Amino acid sequence: MTTLIEVKNVSKRFGQVLAVDNCSLKVEQGTITGLIGPNGAGKTTMFNMVAGAFAPTSGTIWLNGKNVTGMPAHELFECGLSRTFQIAQEFSSLTALENLMAVTGSRSEESLFDACFRRAKVVRDELAVRRKAEEILRILRLTHVRNECAGNLSGGQKKLLELGRVMMADPNVVLLDEVAAGVNRTLLNDLASVVESLNRDKGLTFFVIEHDMDLIARLCDPVIVMAAGTVMVQGPMAEIRKNPEVIEAYFGGGTAMGRAS
Amino acid sequence: MDTIGLLSALPINELVFFINKVVIAGLIIGSIYALGAVGMTLAWGILRFANFAHGDLMTLGAFIAFMLTMAMPGLGAYVGLPTAFVVLPIAMAVTALVTILIDKTFYVPVRKTNPKPITLVIASFGVMLMLQGLIRLFFGTAPRQMYVGSKDIYRIPFAGRDIVITEPQVLLIVFTVVAIVALHLFLTRSRTGKAMRAMSDNADLARISGIGTAHVVRVTWIIAGSLAAAGGTLLAMDVSLKPDLSFNLLLPIVAAIIVGGIGQPYGAIVGGLIVGFTETVAVFNWAILLRPLKPHMPDWLELPANLTFVPTEYKIVVPFVILVAVLIWRPNGIFKGKVL
Repeated sequence: MTTLIEVKNVSKRFGQVLAVDNCSLKVEQGTITGLIGPNGAGKTTMFNMVAGAFAPTSGTIWLNGKNVTGMPAHELFECGLSRTFQIAQEFSSLTALENLMAVTGSRSEESLFDACFRRAKVVRDELAVRRKAEEILRILRLTHVRNECAGNLSGGQKKLLELGRVMMADPNVVLLDEVAAGVNRTLLNDLASVVESLNRDKGLTFFVIEHDMDLIARLCDPVIVMAAGTVMVQGPMAEIRKNPEVIEAYFGGGTAMGRAS
Repeated sequence: MDTIGLLSALPINELVFFINKVVIAGLIIGSIYALGAVGMTLAWGILRFANFAHGDLMTLGAFIAFMLTMAMPGLGAYVGLPTAFVVLPIAMAVTALVTILIDKTFYVPVRKTNPKPITLVIASFGVMLMLQGLIRLFFGTAPRQMYVGSKDIYRIPFAGRDIVITEPQVLLIVFTVVAIVALHLFLTRSRTGKAMRAMSDNADLARISGIGTAHVVRVTWIIAGSLAAAGGTLLAMDVSLKPDLSFNLLLPIVAAIIVGGIGQPYGAIVGGLIVGFTETVAVFNWAILLRPLKPHMPDWLELPANLTFVPTEYKIVVPFVILVAVLIWRPNGIFKGKVL
């Protein structure tokens, strides 16, 4: 098993606050790795550094054996890392289908020359992109809203659409930022099964930050627990649940962990 | 006059006068505004700044077409169209190239510093003044004729009267319709068009989703520059070519963009027509339409000779009023554009 994302001794300081303190973690290829922790544990900061939203104060981040520390998000995208957002982002005035078709990466850019003199190639490419987008909409069960403006979709449908946009680019690893937030149970089930099947059938790696413990338990192995800016433990959810340190950090003891699950 | 039925009951003279002075005139000026506004609104939506040099790109395009016309005046006669119209594609391509060069030389260095939008607007003011100066330097200030020969005038008989429209006006309307349809197909069918709309919607998301933003910016300038050149040339063909040709267009064009919603190409077209028609309706002499009612009016009521909403010399006020009204009641514009 190869390591896709490796975070080595990373710290991030915001003014006087040390949000992430000398933290190291790994995401192995083909896994759905979860990142959990109580509020203020530094997991969002960690996630944003991996996603390229900002650079760490110290330490290095590696993607597929390449040092990508401080690399901006759109360059990380070219290296095969895509992300979704806690509050789903979409191109609101484009239809669901167009949202996917717009995102084909600069590798398949149309050139003016082709548009003028190689119509057949342009039409062929266009058809291929359309077919791929339709297929992804089918997998996401969004075919019935394909011609609807993305801005009119429900919050959950927008989250599915985000996943679709990520799939269009054929990434190596996908960062999921709180997929469950604001999504109803039925749609969440759909989302989870899509993530599972992408992981199982296409070997796609996911790095998930999530508050919904049921979803973490269903999807993720291993689970990384952060607390107070460092990685506390790492392992399968079943073990994490029993770990007294985790229970202490999360809920200040008691049976709260049981209640959450 | 032996017309029959309903038409004979209508005041034909006045109706035809209305068609000539309001419908056709509004359509002409509205099309010019639309051609200018579409390019400017696309660039505004995608690059997040109002490029005030856009008006002078129109003038520049017209002067390039003028130079080409002077270089080969006989060309049009072969095709049976005005020479300036035949060389228009070349003028559009050259202007598009100049627009990209302006971006590379002046706007890209500013954009690299991650500026506030107003910084770019002020940079565009600089480019605008520079273009105006250069055009005056090279071409002087005298008005020039784009036409080699004389303009064809078409008279369409309508119930005994003539609806008058000139050749450049017909070309302008036809060109505008074709350009709008082509732009619509481009924006909805092609992938670059979708990427453009996506970037206009959410630039950050487009960037991190791997949309080639440099490519989109380039295509946007090509469209903006070539439509500006077309609008400027067609306007100069209809009236005459002057260095301040399109500086006067800037305000109505900005009004059209805001009426339609910033970043909305369809809004800009509708906005351009609204501003154009409002202008012509505002300066239209309504007394002429009321004249047929004169026999039915009481004697003590006198019809004034001149009954307009706005005197012609204050025409420029009209877009201002529309602008203020839209900003008060519908700040997003009718097509729900961006709030910047």
